[in-house]
Amino acid sequence: MIKNVAVLIAVIGLVAIFLPIISGFQERDELNELAAQYVEGSINELRVPNVVTSVIVTYRGLDTLGEVTVLFLATVGVGLILKGKKEDRIKISASELLETTSSVLVAMIMVLGIYIFTHGHLTPGGGFQGGVVIASGFLLLLLSNVSLKMNHSIMHFVESLSGVAYVAIGVAGIVLTVGFLNPEVLPLGKFGNLLSAGAVPVIYSLIGIKVGSELTSILVTMGGEK
Amino acid sequence: MISLYTLILGIALLLIGIYAMLTRKNLMKIVIGFSIADTGTHIIIVSLGYLRGKTAPVIDAAVSVSNAVREVVDPVPSALVLTAIVIGLAVTAVMLSFIVEMYKKNKSLSIDDYQELKW
Repeated sequence: MIKNVAVLIAVIGLVAIFLPIISGFQERDELNELAAQYVEGSINELRVPNVVTSVIVTYRGLDTLGEVTVLFLATVGVGLILKGKKEDRIKISASELLETTSSVLVAMIMVLGIYIFTHGHLTPGGGFQGGVVIASGFLLLLLSNVSLKMNHSIMHFVESLSGVAYVAIGVAGIVLTVGFLNPEVLPLGKFGNLLSAGAVPVIYSLIGIKVGSELTSILVTMGGEK
Repeated sequence: MISLYTLILGIALLLIGIYAMLTRKNLMKIVIGFSIADTGTHIIIVSLGYLRGKTAPVIDAAVSVSNAVREVVDPVPSALVLTAIVIGLAVTAVMLSFIVEMYKKNKSLSIDDYQELKW
């Protein structure tokens, strides 16, 4: 009883906090100064058509490095929590439908994932989205082929290599240009080309590979294989 | 006007998620409540970045290069939400693996069976 009253008071309090936000909300008509700077800078200085990508990879690049670190910590945490002796499980082989579909679809899903993270600076998408698509391809592979053994050390190697390369590009920015994670270490190229925008597509591809291998590693750990 | 509706939707989802986390006994349902509240927060942030009648901040056929500042919505909330989605995914994965371990130990998913941290 007391608990129900407390929950009710908490929810009513939250409603009271959020009501002023709704009643005082007005749709804005213009970008604020910072966002306008980001849009201008993305087009004129970095030559990145996707402004969200330039915010994530360049203007807030240090935050993205932290975010990738959080994801890495989650992978390590899941591995640490779920480690221990292997369970004896009854394995039922996948249905014919799933096996046939996955043999057709897995390659296409991988290509789509690679497309999404290499074109992150041109179209909506990027390293995180592409990495998740690649991990979903591996999930389909794991579901359709129950006896499949994934090699953990290769996954950790790929993931560490892309992480080290990401930081190395950032440090190259300090040495060659004005600051950490500056994409001008590579030539900027022509606006809208695949090989343009300096190091932005390289960094986003590295993030894509890293996220893909981390999420695959989480999936394999949760599946109970060692 | 559309962003007011999505803002209300986001706040409603956030409240539903918090209510679920406070009242449900099943650990899985608490995690589902967390996910709903998480989604609500994302919708709130994206709604606050919307500008009337503007389009996505990606320069293509719909947005001219010279006049882009007057044609796109705020890119910063979108970037923040992208970060928040990934962090939410990581937190959910860790919570679920904790639940797997807790179930292996006590064979129970009800939060009433875990009294160690209760005061």
